[in-house]
Amino acid sequence: MSERITDHPVLDPIERKKEVSFLFNGKSYKGYEGEPIAAALLANNIRTLRYHEESGSPRGIYCNIGHCFECRVTVNEKQGLRACLTPLKEGMEIQSSGMLPTPVKEWRETHV
Amino acid sequence: MYDVIIIGAGPAGLSAAATTANQGLEVLVVDEYMKAGGRLLGQLYEEPDGTYWNGIKESNHLYERANQSGAEIKLGTSILNIEKSGDVWLVYTEKDTYETSHLLLATGAAESPSPVPGWTLPGVMSVGAAQVMTNVHRVKPGKRGVIIGVNPLAAVIASELQMAGVEVTALTLPQMNGLNEEAAHPKQVMNQLLHVAHMAPSALIRQGSKWMKPSIMQDLGITFYPKSGFKMWGIPVHLRKAVTEILGDEKVAAVKLATVKPNGDVIEGTEEIITCDFVCIAGGLYPLTELAAVAGCPFYLVDELGGYVPLHNERMETALDGLYVAGNITGIEGAKVAIAQGVTAGLTMASNHGVQGLKDRIEQSIEEIEQTRDNAPFHFHPDVKKGKQIVQEKWEEMMAAEQPL
Ligand SMILES: Cc1cc2nc3c(=O)[nH]c(=O)nc-3n(C[C@H](O)[C@H](O)[C@H](O)COP(=O)(O)OP(=O)(O)OC[C@H]3O[C@@H](n4cnc5c(N)ncnc54)[C@H](O)[C@@H]3O)c2cc1C
Ligand code: FES
Repeated sequence: MSERITDHPVLDPIERKKEVSFLFNGKSYKGYEGEPIAAALLANNIRTLRYHEESGSPRGIYCNIGHCFECRVTVNEKQGLRACLTPLKEGMEIQSSGMLPTPVKEWRETHV
Repeated sequence: MYDVIIIGAGPAGLSAAATTANQGLEVLVVDEYMKAGGRLLGQLYEEPDGTYWNGIKESNHLYERANQSGAEIKLGTSILNIEKSGDVWLVYTEKDTYETSHLLLATGAAESPSPVPGWTLPGVMSVGAAQVMTNVHRVKPGKRGVIIGVNPLAAVIASELQMAGVEVTALTLPQMNGLNEEAAHPKQVMNQLLHVAHMAPSALIRQGSKWMKPSIMQDLGITFYPKSGFKMWGIPVHLRKAVTEILGDEKVAAVKLATVKPNGDVIEGTEEIITCDFVCIAGGLYPLTELAAVAGCPFYLVDELGGYVPLHNERMETALDGLYVAGNITGIEGAKVAIAQGVTAGLTMASNHGVQGLKDRIEQSIEEIEQTRDNAPFHFHPDVKKGKQIVQEKWEEMMAAEQPL
């Protein structure tokens, strides 16, 4: 379970901009405008952002700062955006990408 | 066409931007993150004088200074490639291409991955990811975590997580696998910790740092370590135990922890399961140098600096005309050193652009980098100064080789 930190003992509260609604895999959630998609999803207790293209295993953030590309999602039909770098906006439609067909591998399994 | 483009709005880039713009140059700073400050944003630790180094405040301050100096700062924009065409550097983003005579790479550092079985499960993240989630975005990475990897960054971030009300149940070693020998070897790790010992409020480590100096005592120290470990900032640190596997179905549910021999080998039958909902991997930092590599900069591997660094001189010039480096791309150090390096790079670019009378200030700024390094509360690598010397020597060798006889 994840939650937001509202009363940090040292750091000042962050300016939370307006609360917005967005869709993730067709379901509606709430987050704060301008925060990274990955943070908004984690605050909604969602860790799985995509399924590995080949194995189908679930993946979430790893580096959280744009280096590893583990957090790729589709936003308003644009593919391959990094959820840790992309700021949340009102009405965003976010989709986790899934397994892709692997025709060569499948062909090898039955032919080689 | 800009006079100067700076890639990276971290402490090095922002300080360079303010410095050059204040000399009257037209400056563009580009960063792919949504906030300026780079990895400084997530930093939070107590200074020796008891005040806090608050990365968000420091970042805002640097951003304001760069802004007021007239530098243009463009966030949320990734640089995909750089290329020299004649005297002009071309800087490519997804949408636009920018041009400049002086290009500063201030791209910072990245975390080395350190694979552990099960590490692709959602809930496993780098220790820096947990730092950013917690301190910058104020979302808890989870309720209860285990940190794999015992090093200065892991220890500092563990204390930050605790401060924010996130439980860290343990700092442990990764299992030795041939690739990670230094990080998995209890004796080596103890050596590393001894160098940050003065930062640890735990009396145990502080005392330990006195009597554990000679190697034979270290051997004893490790063997005598209670298997239950010791506590640093109240968090159990295990140098005799290693995580052998991360468990969970769709996400992290637990780790398997086993006792290891002083040489790092697992003792059969000692495995225990520790439940947790997130795991951090602390594999250490290395300079993020891809853009310098595509530009064709000569590199040198310097372990003391965290990996391959583009060769550069004290004025932060690389071997390529009009290409400069500052900050962690030149070696892993704290943000204060990055800020000081940014000043030198900024002055050098202004001087090369034709601003007169900066020679003394450049010399002075180079000394200030040294002083800042000497005063740093801790070093990511204890021999960082030796690393800097190696770069200087390699630079001079290269220059000498290029001189016509
Ligand atoms: C995860 C992590 C945690 C750290 N935590 C600490 C800590 O707690 N204490 C400490 O003393 N030091 C810490 N450091 C070390 C840190 O690197 C330095 O303290 C300091 O921030 C370095 O400053 P910099 O300006 O060189 O780079 P950074 O602060 O890393 O800034 C570089 C900037 O460049 C941007 N960038 C990189 N590549 C591109 C590109 N291709 N296109 C556009 N933008 C790009 C990045 O988004 C980033 O904002 C940490 C480093 C990392 C990676
Ligand atoms: S988590 Fe690594 S790029 Fe987003």
